[in-house]
Amino acid sequence: MAYNCVVAIKQVPDTKRIIGEAMNDDGTVNRGALPAIFNPEDLNALEMALMIKDKFGGKVTVMTMGLPAASAILRESLYRGADDAILITDRRCGASDTLATSYILSCAIKKLDYDIVLCGRQAIDGDTAQVGPQLAEKLGIPQITYVEELISLEKKTIAARRNIGNGWQEVKCKLPVLLTVIDEANDPRVSVAKKLMKCKKARTPVEIQMQMKQDNPNASDDDIKQLTTAKVKELEEKGLLIKQWDLDYLAADLQWCGRDGSPTKVHRIQSVVLTARESKTIEPSEQGIADMVHELISDKTIS
Amino acid sequence: MISVNPKGEVWVFAEQHDGKLEDIGLELLGRARILGDKLGVKVGAVLIGDEIKSLAEKLCHYGADKVYVLEHPLLEHYQANSYGKVIDDLVHKYQPQIMIYGATACGRDLAPRVASAIKAGLTADCTDLQIGDHETKEQVYKNLLLQIRPAFGGNIIATIINYDRWPQMATVREGVMPMPELITARKHEIVAEKVHVTHDDLPLEILNEHKREKKVNLKASRIVVSGGAGVGSKENFKLVWDLANALGAAPGATRAAVDLGFIDRDHQVGQTGTTVRPSLYIAIGISGAIQHQAGMSDSQKIIAINNDPQAPILDIAHYKIIGDLNEIVPKMIKAIKARV
Repeated sequence: MAYNCVVAIKQVPDTKRIIGEAMNDDGTVNRGALPAIFNPEDLNALEMALMIKDKFGGKVTVMTMGLPAASAILRESLYRGADDAILITDRRCGASDTLATSYILSCAIKKLDYDIVLCGRQAIDGDTAQVGPQLAEKLGIPQITYVEELISLEKKTIAARRNIGNGWQEVKCKLPVLLTVIDEANDPRVSVAKKLMKCKKARTPVEIQMQMKQDNPNASDDDIKQLTTAKVKELEEKGLLIKQWDLDYLAADLQWCGRDGSPTKVHRIQSVVLTARESKTIEPSEQGIADMVHELISDKTIS
Repeated sequence: MISVNPKGEVWVFAEQHDGKLEDIGLELLGRARILGDKLGVKVGAVLIGDEIKSLAEKLCHYGADKVYVLEHPLLEHYQANSYGKVIDDLVHKYQPQIMIYGATACGRDLAPRVASAIKAGLTADCTDLQIGDHETKEQVYKNLLLQIRPAFGGNIIATIINYDRWPQMATVREGVMPMPELITARKHEIVAEKVHVTHDDLPLEILNEHKREKKVNLKASRIVVSGGAGVGSKENFKLVWDLANALGAAPGATRAAVDLGFIDRDHQVGQTGTTVRPSLYIAIGISGAIQHQAGMSDSQKIIAINNDPQAPILDIAHYKIIGDLNEIVPKMIKAIKARV
């Protein structure tokens, strides 16, 4: 039988490339100075969904919550083989912590017909690994976290192997289920040239509107609106429209969204200051090293 | 969520598997004790499983005033749904102000599920927990749990608070909080709780499980000798092993060295590996990425051996040796063998 998979993905700053100018003087991160990338483990989640589709059939839908620019990772998912893409974007989503994020995602996923929800284990900007389990709870479905291998899918039952740090565990569960996938699970495929050619023109309505404004700097707001509507219709007919949902469309309860819906708040941010220490430079000579070892023995650091 | 309750207790999830307590619960009790004393409230440990009552006393010896024992045959093996449900019930009954969990595979599976069900806040992987005040334009919130954690790959330290949707919850990595001293003569109370759990709370069927001992116990070692990518090759990593053997130390590594296949992942020190706080940490051919420093900067003494005088590791080292590790490490081994 075929399975419908929904993959929740995130665009993140490439935290591995944080260098001098990416830090503001007040110790906060200047996100603008960092390249925005597809969260690495979300690619593993997408790959697992695509493998399920290849083997059993069904549909892969990718979904992200973020700024309009996050459409880039939705297009990248289409290049790799996803069938449908949804951008959840709304100013009122801003400052959402993991609890609010999982609530908003759950409102969107409830609109879809799904068997398996997949997430990467964690995003590299926060490393919390919380949204997956919270989303499962909000959807009222079980979770299988740290999936390193999908063992089987038979009718309405899934079996998977979890990496539990000091070993592994194989579990079985009825669908629907949420999986969080780790990087050891697979090697994500690269874009398919044919799909790239086809989908590189895929756009969200907000991107179309920005493009229309750029192309027609002297047009009135009404004209822009008309041009946008026409283009949206054109892309829709070609199957190149990336869906764009806001909180009104999701009928989300605003008290659980954005800053108001987030119990955790930032009290303070500090940049990491390397503490200056009393330090000695040791000559790399036999005598220098022997003296150091002697000192460490006499202060009982080495026994 | 529960409402703000400054009289509420400070709780620790006491993780156990197969009737054996995990160290992390004891480490957390040490910090919970400090927090509880500061707030003037009791410290509670939440112990869940089947026939595990006998473990309760040990938790008291490590700082718990009360141990809530939740026993049921269906709770023998951990599952997020079943454990989450009984914790949810317990939190609503006793209204603790703080609850902390280990950031273990189990804790990171469980705590977010609980947070979502309770609609409370949760901060992952805290490296420090303190009590402090938070001021906004409108109000001063007294005696909140300051949840301190690295973010953006360790480049910043964020302090997170939760002033309105309690309990204040956090997870803490293993080895980050020191193990508290054992006190046997502590007054304590063991509370056997009735639990409501059915087969519907067990959606997973555990088919098979394999646990392996880690190849090295980095946390328990007084001395850790670690190598980085600068060591150059798996063959050359023998220098790290030799020095570790000469000192009776545990061999460690950076993520880069592990990814290059120089040594098994069990040896990885750092943000995504093990956090260590030994008496002596020797860093060989390690540049000192912030992610690595996050796992070792609390070492009492650090020796850094590097041929690059600009390597960031040298900024936190007590002893800097700049030069070729292939010459320096054998000299160290010789000096140690001559003295010890």
